[in-house]
Amino acid sequence: MADFETPKLQEYPIIPHIKPGSMAHSSPFVAKPDHQESVGFPGELVDNWEEKAVEKLGDIAKNNKAFKVFLDTCVKCGACTDKCHYYLGTSDPKNMPVARQDLLRKVYRRYYTFSGKYFPWLVGAEDMTKEVLDDWYSYFHQCSQCRRCSVFCPYGIDTAEISMAAREIMDTVGKGQKYCNEIIGKLHKIGNNLGLPEPALVDTLEGLEEDVKDDTGVDVRYPVDQKGADVLLITPSADFFAEPHIDGLIGYGKVFHQAGISWTLSSYASEAANFSMFIGSPDNLRKVAMRIRDAALDLGVKRIVVGECGHAWRVAYSFWNTLIGPFDFLDKNYPVPQHIIEVTHGLMQRGALKIDKSANDDRRITFHDSCNVARASRMGDFPGGQFVLPREVIKNVANHYFDMAPETIHENTFCCGGGGGLLTDDLMELRVKGAMPRMQALKRVVEENDVNFLAAICAICKSQFTKTLPYYDFPMDMIGSVHQLVSDAIVLGAKD
Amino acid sequence: MSAVTVIYALMFYAATVILVAGLVYKIAIYARTPQPLKIPTTPAPMTRAGVAWRMTKEVTVFASLFKSNKWIWLFGWMFHAALLLVLLRHLRYFTEPVWTWVALLQPFGKYAAFAMLAGLLGLWARRIVVDRVRYITSLSDHLMLLLLIMIGASGAAMKFIDSAHTDIVALKAFILGLMRFDWQPLNSDPVLLIHLGLVIVLMIIFPISKLLHVPGLFFSPSRVMVDNVREKRYVRGWTASAQPASGESAK
Repeated sequence: MADFETPKLQEYPIIPHIKPGSMAHSSPFVAKPDHQESVGFPGELVDNWEEKAVEKLGDIAKNNKAFKVFLDTCVKCGACTDKCHYYLGTSDPKNMPVARQDLLRKVYRRYYTFSGKYFPWLVGAEDMTKEVLDDWYSYFHQCSQCRRCSVFCPYGIDTAEISMAAREIMDTVGKGQKYCNEIIGKLHKIGNNLGLPEPALVDTLEGLEEDVKDDTGVDVRYPVDQKGADVLLITPSADFFAEPHIDGLIGYGKVFHQAGISWTLSSYASEAANFSMFIGSPDNLRKVAMRIRDAALDLGVKRIVVGECGHAWRVAYSFWNTLIGPFDFLDKNYPVPQHIIEVTHGLMQRGALKIDKSANDDRRITFHDSCNVARASRMGDFPGGQFVLPREVIKNVANHYFDMAPETIHENTFCCGGGGGLLTDDLMELRVKGAMPRMQALKRVVEENDVNFLAAICAICKSQFTKTLPYYDFPMDMIGSVHQLVSDAIVLGAKD
Repeated sequence: MSAVTVIYALMFYAATVILVAGLVYKIAIYARTPQPLKIPTTPAPMTRAGVAWRMTKEVTVFASLFKSNKWIWLFGWMFHAALLLVLLRHLRYFTEPVWTWVALLQPFGKYAAFAMLAGLLGLWARRIVVDRVRYITSLSDHLMLLLLIMIGASGAAMKFIDSAHTDIVALKAFILGLMRFDWQPLNSDPVLLIHLGLVIVLMIIFPISKLLHVPGLFFSPSRVMVDNVREKRYVRGWTASAQPASGESAK
């Protein structure tokens, strides 16, 4: 364990007093030249980087309304100051959303506003310097882009947009983050974040079919590159082998099997995640997404379904139609894309799945709303369906369900602490401290309702909690997929 | 025509031009700048009418702020609501005859000055007392509050303190004269000159300060965008100029 103190979980949530500089040391590994170049950025800090950074900043402000309006509109009212899980967990004032934005806003003001050009001392405008860049690198990698601040801001200012832009600017001048850029490079080359090549993927899935057969006696298929299948499943590559993710994948397969839906994975587009969003890079965002359009066309599928992954669902739901649409070659009777929860929920409503709820009777379950699903997407055909559908699916397959406190779920949900490209071991202190508000809410349902299972629909949440739960004295296997619960309760072969 | 009259008249014209031209310029930039992707903060309305309702709640009762922080909401809403009443009451100096509904507002508008000042003082207290808010406060944030408080206080002084009264009939003649380009003398009572001078400052800094939150709110993509991107394809800016071509990902 690293050398820092895990925050104590209090009886009631407490807003900490500020401790300036307490997380100034936190900074992820810097991308190496080949990581940078594989995603189209200069290998190292360019010579005239100050000038280039300022120029890029102006460029984004010209081409992105949200960025421009958010920079101009803040009145420093302070409503957001106690809303970020990283502030609550670290007490570092630069983790207050407005202060994080101000790291960039002060440079914007200096170069692009009247008051900042002529009265910098009055409005806190500052030149682009090495100190500023270092501060950016540290604190824009202490934002998981979870949008909680934007819910509470009277103007809807979303720090995620600012931190995406800041990372894009840093990438443009040659200072990128190793974790994200290495992964995006791998995806361009191989098709998934893990760098899992086609033979390995096929092998893994064959093994999975055998496991399920051993376990249930039923031949459930996990097909790859099956031309003419109805459904192309796009799921985070962690689902292929990581625990507890893989139990979710088993569940998707059982649902398709039981509903008689022909489906396939693609070895070319074997990744739902799109880390390009985290670094705010339009070119990479589109290029990564394009693999999925190409795979869908190539395989001749009629529908695209997305597995359990938070930011991937944001990219899919909110950005795909824009980036890689129109989807006029797909079946118009289904939404494009469709979330696996929507598929399972729809089948349950039609009574197409036989369920034995008692299979989950040893579990007392709560649900963690993943930030990107909660605040940047939707499920179903009504606002807030992203809160209702997963809970209904859980309640359909289990008898013991308990929500965490209302101020910590739905659109108020706390990020797991590992989203936004921060799920890397070099940020472990930040991840543990950022998980604190969620752990606090969890502790209450554990104590009051004996909850022993934390269900999530995001690969990052699952990995993050597996790592951070033990820091707070919870068992690491408490975290699991919603479709793991479905998997255990679904009665195979039996059709009503 | 006194020098004071000429100076204030010219300053009012200049300030009006700066305020209007500055706001038109900024609003044009906000309107023209493309929003390449759909980013409503969800759950979000799925229709334009739904967005109109969401924005109505934001503008009239500061719905998000209420959810966020009751103290800031209380002081902030009190200030803004009172300011609105005060501004509407001031229409009586710009209209002849005075519109009936403005006349009816008079008693409320008069005392709203106190609510306005109380709200501003509350907001200022937070900037000093709460360490988080103190940390994010710049000199300009203090000065903005000072400016508004002095405008409110000087206005209230003229209304409620006998020795600070000004000849309101003459003032109205001055304002109507400005509007009709037929200048009338401005009385040079010090409190009045301070009040008007600070209002001129406020008008000038409006388009170059955080007061841009007024137009900004209506252009905030996270609040004004409709959640319907699966049903209706959306492209703007770089997403419009880069249309998909199959096979491109292999490049």
